[in-house]
Amino acid sequence: MECLPRGEMAQLQSERLREMIDRVYYNVPFYREKMQQAGIGPDDIQTVEQLKHLPFTTKNDLRDNYPFGLFAVPESEIVRLHASSGTTGKPTVVGYTRRDLVTWSEVVARTLTSAGIGRHDFVQIAYGYGLFTGGLGIHYGVEKIGAVAIPVSGGNTKRQLQLMKDFGSTAIACTPSYALYLAEALEEEKIDRSELRLKVGVFGAEPWTESMRKEIEQKWLIKAIDIFGLSEVIGPGVASECEFQHGLHINEDHFIPEIIDPVTLEVLPEGSTGELVFTTITKEGLPLVRYRTRDLTRLDYSSCNCGRTLVRMAKCTGRSDDMLIIRGVNVFPSQIETILLESGNLKPHYQIIVDRVHNLDVLQVLVEVDEQFLRDRISQLQSLSRKIQHDLESALGLSVDVKLVEPKTIERSEGKARRVIDRRNLQ
Amino acid sequence: MVIKQLSVFLENKTGRLMEVLSALGEEKINIKAITIADTSEFGILRILVSHPAEALSLLKARGFSVSLTDVLAIATPVEAGSFAKALRVLSDRNISIEYMYGFSIGEKAAIILCAEDIGKASAALKENGMELIPAEALNRL
Repeated sequence: MECLPRGEMAQLQSERLREMIDRVYYNVPFYREKMQQAGIGPDDIQTVEQLKHLPFTTKNDLRDNYPFGLFAVPESEIVRLHASSGTTGKPTVVGYTRRDLVTWSEVVARTLTSAGIGRHDFVQIAYGYGLFTGGLGIHYGVEKIGAVAIPVSGGNTKRQLQLMKDFGSTAIACTPSYALYLAEALEEEKIDRSELRLKVGVFGAEPWTESMRKEIEQKWLIKAIDIFGLSEVIGPGVASECEFQHGLHINEDHFIPEIIDPVTLEVLPEGSTGELVFTTITKEGLPLVRYRTRDLTRLDYSSCNCGRTLVRMAKCTGRSDDMLIIRGVNVFPSQIETILLESGNLKPHYQIIVDRVHNLDVLQVLVEVDEQFLRDRISQLQSLSRKIQHDLESALGLSVDVKLVEPKTIERSEGKARRVIDRRNLQ
Repeated sequence: MVIKQLSVFLENKTGRLMEVLSALGEEKINIKAITIADTSEFGILRILVSHPAEALSLLKARGFSVSLTDVLAIATPVEAGSFAKALRVLSDRNISIEYMYGFSIGEKAAIILCAEDIGKASAALKENGMELIPAEALNRL
């Protein structure tokens, strides 16, 4: 499948697309209404070239139909739910049928295989397990290829290193920033590289640069493979690099990519940089028609030295919205504003500062103590700030440093406060 | 009998306290009593001034986060046990004290006190013959 001639791939995609459009048209009122509004019937879409006539789906559509409104199968067919944080507090929910889980393990198996991981490998999975798709997604792929899954989950750095040494992990899956953080800890723990068997890492869930890749490869003496996925589409397994590390092969037989201009919404010519859009053609639980990822990248259809014919996407260069990815967690500034409002019944000026300290993302929220916020009692101010911190942390699943500052300390340009400062230099 | 105290939020940055005080000085507003409660990140400056309303709008205009809080000023003789006597009145009635500070001038001392229920505290103190200093009298000090 990964080496299918382009013509055959287009044929397969068209077939699967027709089938999928039929399913969503008859099973999901949301899609039916949208297609009717656009004057398109299910028979109007016969080939993958006609995809561009279909309306887009956005994260807001997922939110508006929270939690299960866009599912295309009865709830009895769903066997798993995952969720990621949404724009305004409500999470984005994804449902998988039994066959979806098979598809998912298949695409993650391809990801691992293209990274050179096989049945004799010990894969340490340091992505979080739980609602986040990272941990369990990789896990099933590892089992599928017959390698050994070590489900350590995220955090607990000392134990990560201990197990890496004792179990002889040969591969690791985590965020690239955590890989760098672990490398630092390795030095502190005085573990010698020769005591480890690690040879490859599959890193994703957050943006990273080529210089980070170099640093990871030098510090760990491993090959650092970039992987890409988003929970709405399936989770990890959407795309991944091969051993040539020159673009990420998209599993096009399941997910059709398009690049659009985020403003005009027109499909851009081959090779242009624009917003990545996915149509999932095999998913049953939550099929997505032209889902706008908001990630900016470009596609390369030329053949790769590895022999795969699958189109390659470049590393994402940014976003067409204001979403931040912090330690693999999606964070929207509007979410933080909502929580401030709910938590303290306040609408203070705030600023989000994201930084990378010792290779780990840190999130700080500055809150201006204006008159509505001011309390004469220290204890009241402290408990207010602790409550905000707690509410932010439980909503985002990230540790947050809340700092109270004096009014007007947050810089404003033309009266408008700069809401986000990202000091990580990820471009 | 309540007195209006100014509470100013200050980040722990050098020079901020000085800015508050010099702003008040420029407008010829006298400070009668002052204290700072601090944490590792910020502090609350609490001051009694000759003209609380003017001081409030002045500091607001300069961009400070400031509010007025009701406090009591109890006059006690300068002798051992007199503070305890005043506080016993409150503790006997289960009135909890949020914070307090004090100063003494000659024969008398003043305790500035903020209680959870300022009305109850004020009534209890008066009933027990404690002398509360009115705002005007504080200005004459």
